[in-house]
Amino acid sequence: MEFLLIAFMIGGEMYTKIKLILISLLSVILISSASFARDLVITFDDMNPGPKAAFENAIAKFQKENPDINVIANNGDREEHKAAIRNFLIADAPDVTSWYPGNRMRPFVKAGLFEDVSDVWDENNFHEDLAAIKPTMTIGGRQWGVPYSYYQWGVYYRKDIFDKLGLFEPNTWVQFKYICETLKKNGIAPITIGTRYLWTAAGVFDYINLRTNGYKVHNDLTAGKIKYTDPRIRKTFEYWAELVNAGYFIENHASMAWQDAVVPFANGEAAMYVMGNFSVDAYKNAGLTYDQIDFFKFPEITKDMPRAEEAPADAFFIPTNAKNKRDAKKWLAFVARPDVQSEWNKTIGQLPINSKAKVADDKFITEGFETLNTAVGLAQFYDRDAIPEMAAAGMEGFQEFMMKPDRLDKILKRLDKIQSKVYK
Amino acid sequence: MGGVTPTHLKLSLIDWLLYLQQIALFDQKKRIYSENKLVFSPWYFLLPAIIFFLVYVIIPIFQSVWISFYEWDGLGEAQWVGLANYIELFDDEYFYTSLKNNCIWLILYLFAVPIGLFIALFLNQIVFGIRFYKSLFFFPFVISQVVVGLIFAWFYNPNFGLLAYIFLSLGLEPIAILSDEELVTYGIIFAGLWPQIAYCMILYLTGLSNVSKDLMEAARLDGAKGIKMLWHVVLPQLRPATFISVVVTVIGALRSFDMVAIMTEGGPYGSSNVLAYYMYETALSEYGFRLGYGSAIATVLFFIMLIYISYFLWRLYKNEREV
Repeated sequence: MEFLLIAFMIGGEMYTKIKLILISLLSVILISSASFARDLVITFDDMNPGPKAAFENAIAKFQKENPDINVIANNGDREEHKAAIRNFLIADAPDVTSWYPGNRMRPFVKAGLFEDVSDVWDENNFHEDLAAIKPTMTIGGRQWGVPYSYYQWGVYYRKDIFDKLGLFEPNTWVQFKYICETLKKNGIAPITIGTRYLWTAAGVFDYINLRTNGYKVHNDLTAGKIKYTDPRIRKTFEYWAELVNAGYFIENHASMAWQDAVVPFANGEAAMYVMGNFSVDAYKNAGLTYDQIDFFKFPEITKDMPRAEEAPADAFFIPTNAKNKRDAKKWLAFVARPDVQSEWNKTIGQLPINSKAKVADDKFITEGFETLNTAVGLAQFYDRDAIPEMAAAGMEGFQEFMMKPDRLDKILKRLDKIQSKVYK
Repeated sequence: MGGVTPTHLKLSLIDWLLYLQQIALFDQKKRIYSENKLVFSPWYFLLPAIIFFLVYVIIPIFQSVWISFYEWDGLGEAQWVGLANYIELFDDEYFYTSLKNNCIWLILYLFAVPIGLFIALFLNQIVFGIRFYKSLFFFPFVISQVVVGLIFAWFYNPNFGLLAYIFLSLGLEPIAILSDEELVTYGIIFAGLWPQIAYCMILYLTGLSNVSKDLMEAARLDGAKGIKMLWHVVLPQLRPATFISVVVTVIGALRSFDMVAIMTEGGPYGSSNVLAYYMYETALSEYGFRLGYGSAIATVLFFIMLIYISYFLWRLYKNEREV
């Protein structure tokens, strides 16, 4: 090789012929080595430090295990990813992309832009290992992606404030309201929430609805089979109104994003927060210690109603227009492996979906693991279970209800009207 | 081509005749061209603009009107639904909220014109450092609308905003302007007026520099001053500036999008929506890809603008003929 290079560098007219031969030789080598290492383009959508590190670690591990694959990993902003996916699935598809299950994947599945990956599920025994999230990855009896992580929702609270006022984690609605009342009397806003971007209100709605009517009603409502004016849904709003009318939610919630609502929680002006586990990071960053915060499951409302939980999952999908589907499937099988999921979720502070994976040693994670494993059903969240047009109108309705509870009738009728239009 | 006789070629008779004919035709074409140069040449200059205007403006208008007759999510098959999108639109309260807000925008935004004039008159004097003061007033027009929106969103914030501190210092409870369905639109318009006033001010400042000194002098000799001078002597000369500021402001009001997107995203619960943002929300945002419905909104907005602008062009035309 050195000799060739030296000859190449010497140049001169004498060597022109040799040079030509050399160039052609080199190009042959290059081309063959390029076809040797197959490219695998993976697109991811989380630039936050934790998720970014977890993704990069997994890529490194995958690359090490598969030296014959040349992994090209792209990581971008989540909102940009949401805006771009429609274009790149058609025009310039990566081999693997991150996206969300449930109704968020439905349009792409319907338009034939996501690859059926049921074979990956069959070959790797995922039907059993990923059973928790299987229904939401399934459309028409086939699986369309592989989830890598999920997290629990529930009530995060200030343990130090509870202790000071002699309060305990509530199990029932009556206890929950008693806690709210006590907090309010002591000049503390019972529940903090920031509804500026609407979805937080959907979390509260989902929980009251799940506890009032159970898992099936949640699914039927989001599938458009139950009207919003249905007496059962009205009942949900009645319970919600008890909290709203008593002023248990923090003031000015419509001008706050969820991160803004952490501030009163951190400085002791509010004591509870109905949120997902990703918020723990924000509490810690706001200066709270682990002793000051704790978690409880959203309390029971209808007695003996089987408990279902919210547990949104994140997943990987293969676009139909992908070039290297064989290796893409390898990646899908890889991200659902117990050891990979344990590692990944330890880094991001969430829960692995594979039931054989190990859970991180963290009180919120272990409690979340227990919460989700004892639940009868897992909802994906209102705006993933309902179709997008309905979700947008529904969440606006929830926000309006929280500000003007007396308009309930009008809101529900409007939601019915939209429901009848967008579900066909 | 023509004009040069190819000496090195042996031509058959027929070839030769054809060749002659070509030359004749070419000369004829050349004559048509040279005689009508003045007719042709403007089109050469217009052509690039026309092509781009067609491709990026005119054709898309027809396309979006066309899409508004379909139900389409941008991925699957588009489905012909006729006028269904429009029928739905006229039964959609969000649409009426947006339309109402657009009207409020249209009316209140026009305050930018007299206020801009006032500031321009105020700044149109020669004192030490006037350029510096001018640039201060000029500033909001230079920064991006997005930045203006962000600054005002902070200003209005009931928890840490400046306005909240002002209210508290007066012993009042701060109002969350951007989450109050009654106040939110006014709050956004107020923020939007800030750069718009600067814009009108610039237009008037340039206009004022062209106001004839002789006429002013003459009017002064005739005893005109103050408001009278302004109304009868200065303002008529500022007519072109007034016209442009009104048109620009009206169009700005109708297509107000960035402010709404940055400050409230149409919220709370859709009460600060305007047509342009509602169109974006239904057709291109995270929650919904109803391109047909969005196009129907776009079409309505287009016709509102069309009517308004045609009326203005017609007035302009009339005015020019009078003069």
